[in-house]
Amino acid sequence: MIYLDNSATTQPYPAVLDSFMKVSTGFWGNPSSLHGFGGKAEQLLAKAREQAASLLKVNPVEIIFTSGGSESNNLAIKGAALQYQGRGKHIITSSIEHPSVLNPTEQLKELGFEITLLPVDELGRVNVKQLKEAIREDTILVSIMHINNETGSIQPIEEIGKLLKQYPKTLFHVDGVQGFSKVDLSLADAHVDLYSLSGHKIHGLKGTGLLYKRDGVKLSPLIAGGNQESGFRSGTESVAGAVSLAKAMRLVTEESKSSLGKMKELHGYAMRRLATIDGLVINTPYEGAAPHIINFSIPGLKSEAFVHTLEDEEIYVSTTSACSSKKKSISHTLLQMGKGEKIAGSSIRISLHFGLEKTDIDKAVAAVEKAIQMLSEVNKR
Amino acid sequence: MIKFDHIVVRYGEITLKKRNRKGFITQLKKNVKNALMDYPNVRIEAQHERMYIHLNGAGHEEVIERLKKVYGISSLSPALKVEKEIPAIQESALFYINHLSRDIATFKIDAKRADKTFPYSTYDLNGLVGGYCLQHKEGLKVDVHNPDLKLRVEVRKDAAYITGEKIAAAGGLPIGSSGSAMLMLSGGIDSPVAGFLTMKRGVEIECVHFYSPPFTSERSKQKVIDLAEKLSEVNGRMVLHVVPFTEIQKLIQKQIPDNYTMTTTRRLMLRVTDAIREQRKALAIVTGESLGQVASQTMESMYTINEVTNTPILRPLLAMDKTEIIEIAERIGTHDISIRPFEDCCTVFTPANPKTKPRREKVNHYESFTDFDPYIQEAVEKTETIIFSSKDKKKAEAVEELF
Repeated sequence: MIYLDNSATTQPYPAVLDSFMKVSTGFWGNPSSLHGFGGKAEQLLAKAREQAASLLKVNPVEIIFTSGGSESNNLAIKGAALQYQGRGKHIITSSIEHPSVLNPTEQLKELGFEITLLPVDELGRVNVKQLKEAIREDTILVSIMHINNETGSIQPIEEIGKLLKQYPKTLFHVDGVQGFSKVDLSLADAHVDLYSLSGHKIHGLKGTGLLYKRDGVKLSPLIAGGNQESGFRSGTESVAGAVSLAKAMRLVTEESKSSLGKMKELHGYAMRRLATIDGLVINTPYEGAAPHIINFSIPGLKSEAFVHTLEDEEIYVSTTSACSSKKKSISHTLLQMGKGEKIAGSSIRISLHFGLEKTDIDKAVAAVEKAIQMLSEVNKR
Repeated sequence: MIKFDHIVVRYGEITLKKRNRKGFITQLKKNVKNALMDYPNVRIEAQHERMYIHLNGAGHEEVIERLKKVYGISSLSPALKVEKEIPAIQESALFYINHLSRDIATFKIDAKRADKTFPYSTYDLNGLVGGYCLQHKEGLKVDVHNPDLKLRVEVRKDAAYITGEKIAAAGGLPIGSSGSAMLMLSGGIDSPVAGFLTMKRGVEIECVHFYSPPFTSERSKQKVIDLAEKLSEVNGRMVLHVVPFTEIQKLIQKQIPDNYTMTTTRRLMLRVTDAIREQRKALAIVTGESLGQVASQTMESMYTINEVTNTPILRPLLAMDKTEIIEIAERIGTHDISIRPFEDCCTVFTPANPKTKPRREKVNHYESFTDFDPYIQEAVEKTETIIFSSKDKKKAEAVEELF
């Protein structure tokens, strides 16, 4: 099997599963329990927090463990909006954000918030000047993703952070779900206030994630209750989940250190090979894109049929983002990039992991060629 | 790729020393080595005026973060080493400006040409390097009189060096250069701060904690262990003595009138600490007492409690307000540990109305009916000693396979 859908989810590292099992077997106490058995669980949770913080180069108190990227995004956006609505009710985000960012802002609209959706250029990037123009006296939050999940385009996070530094009343949230371990980002240099991370995109487990919340920033909690996670996220902590997340973060960081170069090479190689195929249009920009995502279209072909054709050869790719690919919607991001409905409606995304070899790419490209040939013959008839 | 080559370390007060300076520098070098244990490739070159930390590939930011905590260092400057070619020097100078620890608005170039065979004069260098930086860095201006950054470009025989940013460090004296003392560590906000401040003056510290299970929980002990570990970051090493105190506390509750239990408890803690101090050959006892803060910290209390020993008791927080202490605790990172809500030995047994003005003759009278000596001896014997060191931390990681 050649799994090329790593932006949808990744295979958990065996060592991560192992940690999850061990913690769940031996340390299943409630961290809030007074007795020593609960204390052990609490210690593990504290250690997980420390490790996650140190990998993000932030302080442990700034880490809130969540159930994943969507919850982190929801907590960041709705939590900040509700907390700071006294300051203003204007939020800026981009038109190519993940649904877990866009839909919360839709919800906020109903509560009287005003949302500005920034357009992107043909490379899928927001324009910092346009952002600056959009900022108002009552703008309390700007939320921009680090890496677009459909095309891999990198957003100018550091530049935006520097701009927003001049607006102390405006918080900066970055959806970092696709970026961690693939594209460097210093939360300090980019003056990020809130940063979402998901476990299962970095070979951790589903149901794990975290939100970095800069010390001093307040959020209105979405889940109220026993005041776990400093009151920002109630509910008995998933200690095993937190430990497994910290471990996945460490392992993927290490793998990134040793294999990011190789991934970049493979990415470039795959882009070049795919570009030579007749009738195939590459949508991922050649410059300023993450090293693990390639988006292309085969205008005129049904991308769903394409996915199933590759599937027969045990090659797994996806149409657009996994979250929206079940609905037969066309790629929102590509439309926003001005690609037109024909291209946006026939897009395929392949997304790499660190363990791939050149032979895998060769096989995949060959399969793509074959599938295009086969499907176009059918189409002609 | 341009990489930071070394870090220039400037000595603090050591430079005021004359004949014994060498001893201070040797101690500082040892402490720096301890602090940088995790970076085996780093090489430390200690000279009379300065110390040079050769990075050999280690990340300069991480190393600086560690060095900033080492007492005896007044300031640090990262430095780049480049080929003696104008384009390389220009590029590196810009790289340096782009990698400062803070933003700057103005700068000037301060060129030095130790290698007189280098074809460009210092005047040429100033213009060439300064001009290049101005062109490539938006918003940057030159100010020759009072610049935010004096960028030093030094052309030597072997290479050119670029440095200039001065990062303030902890100051103080190297730990170990002023003898050693026992710190009474309760788990509250004050005592770790007292420990830090004493270490700042070069004193090596060992901690003593009184543990009274089951009246105080495993978590309150863990809190103290975490505090001691935090203190160990300063020097790469810390010793924590955990004294089993339950028996003595029970005895006090039985033998001493309510309003004097606190006074006797403190006196016995002091005696136990003093006994451990003697074993460890330390010369003083450090406490986090601040005058008038609680009943045991009034002048009368100190007079009565202090009666049991003539070992010097150092109270670095004596004249500080609580807010000032909290500020320091936040800065050194112990505050968040200290405020974890677990009761320690001090709070559990505190009577409702402790004497704020205990008298020596009274407490001596009350204590005269009980022979505490064997209990003290037993507590000292059963004391558990935990050693923290960056070396051991590596070994302990076997337990941490979970992470």
